[in-house]
Amino acid sequence: MVGNKVDLSVRLGDLTLDNPVIPASGTFGFGREFAPLYDIKKLGSISFKGTTKEERFGNPCPRIAETASGMLNAVGLQNPGVDAVIRDELPFLEKYYAKPVIANVSGFSEAGYVETVEKLSAQPIVGIIELNISCPNVHGGGMSFGTDPDLAASLTRAVKKVSQKPVYVKLSPNVTDIVEIALACEEAGADGLSLINTFMGMRIDIHRRKPVLANRTGGLSGPAIFPLALRMVWDVYEACKIPIIGMGGVSSAEDVVEMMLAGATAVQVGAANLINPWASSDIIDRLPGVLADLGVDKLEDLVGLAHHE
Amino acid sequence: MALKNYQAKLIRHRKIAHLTYELVLEETGIIRGKGEDKGPFGVPSPGQFVNLVVPGFYLRRPFSVADYADGKLVLIYKILGQGTRAMADRLEEGQALSVLSPLGNGFTLVDAKKPLLIGGGVGLPPMYYLAKALKAKGQEPRIAMGFKTADEVFYEEAFRDLGLEVQVATEDGSKGTGGFVTQILEGSYKDGDYLYCCGPMPMLEAIYKMDLAPGQYSFEERMGCGMGACMGCSHKVKNYPLGSKRICKEGPVFRTEEILW
Repeated sequence: MVGNKVDLSVRLGDLTLDNPVIPASGTFGFGREFAPLYDIKKLGSISFKGTTKEERFGNPCPRIAETASGMLNAVGLQNPGVDAVIRDELPFLEKYYAKPVIANVSGFSEAGYVETVEKLSAQPIVGIIELNISCPNVHGGGMSFGTDPDLAASLTRAVKKVSQKPVYVKLSPNVTDIVEIALACEEAGADGLSLINTFMGMRIDIHRRKPVLANRTGGLSGPAIFPLALRMVWDVYEACKIPIIGMGGVSSAEDVVEMMLAGATAVQVGAANLINPWASSDIIDRLPGVLADLGVDKLEDLVGLAHHE
Repeated sequence: MALKNYQAKLIRHRKIAHLTYELVLEETGIIRGKGEDKGPFGVPSPGQFVNLVVPGFYLRRPFSVADYADGKLVLIYKILGQGTRAMADRLEEGQALSVLSPLGNGFTLVDAKKPLLIGGGVGLPPMYYLAKALKAKGQEPRIAMGFKTADEVFYEEAFRDLGLEVQVATEDGSKGTGGFVTQILEGSYKDGDYLYCCGPMPMLEAIYKMDLAPGQYSFEERMGCGMGACMGCSHKVKNYPLGSKRICKEGPVFRTEEILW
């Protein structure tokens, strides 16, 4: 296939990404730790650290626990607050990334979400708002919006009213029927869906006879959840028409292809960045070779292909 | 000093005390990373750490640098859970390991008349590399080391061989001073004018609250990435945005005046 260039670009609505690979929120900060390691401009986009209206320290430590082929985190949305993000972090991304980024927004009330979205969606470098209604690690908010279709829909409507950018709702897997929530968000005007956030889980330290995490529970991520995420992307793709950003344990170029075959237009890489800081970069480098082996010259052609007869 | 992912060969793996093992690693190549190196593993400084892949486990494991000589990295671990148990059972001399290095901010070498090193249990290892660095600057550090029992004591002779005065405390009194390492600080070491400490959090807090002298404290916490991305090890400190620092990135070493206790 020498000289035969593979087209990795994908379209999320009006936004064209150079490739579908996006570091997932909470595993990449605002890119500062990764920019010295490789040219982050090669990334399809960046979903930056979940941002709330006010600054948050997050949960007490330990916030991290290991699991078989994965990890639990209970960071609890530590972030400097939307004003500091706009003042201190977005200029960095403008300088070192200079392409549209995904603003991951969390909140504890509809008003908090709306104000944060209003501010972030007005920033030129923000291409998409990712509405996080699925953080399992904060109490009194976050995931409660993501487990009730009516709440998810009304929040989506409220945010859509003020957002200057497309709104992708990030769904929780901690529900009986993710399709029901997905349909409610689509109906309420969501431009796309991001799925999945982490699965709620826990570990107990058998020596201390106490939960490992100070927060008791945390969100499970890593390769352990990949097949679970893939199934949910598949089901949501069957039911919804809006684009899907698929995520959950994606660790290789082959995983990216699998997610796209299930129906994802773009794919986020999360926990893998923490084990190998070059993971997202490596995946992008390997994609052309994987596609060449599959005899595919346009990656976007694979989206949802496994659903066809 | 850019972070890189190094390929290493395990050239020595030996038990040095009860449940306690020493690893010696030699760099055999660079898996990922750019920029020139001053030497193998990016020449970590005292108090910095590396992040190791333990075959069969998902998260990397952070280990402070116990020594760095002739480009070889010395790490010490104690069997505390499934990961370290697997290391003791499975790691074999000659095998390849993936190492992220160097990580974190280590100790700043301060001019002091009577520098005091204090290490508790597996918090002792970074004190060895630090002691060498201080000696190389012409300083005469002394060390207080604390363990649970006599059979857990390690590196006592190694510190003496460096020319340090060594005092040992054991919780059960089976060796040296009976009780915690703080007992030594209340005795002949109380004239220490600058402290370098590493050990369990309760030990660090007890030393801090003795208010003996200014110094630096190396913290530990369960980490996700070890390089500042996941916010898994944030620690509240004085005078910092959000009142928080990442133990893996701005730490693991904090100065007395930053610490909130």
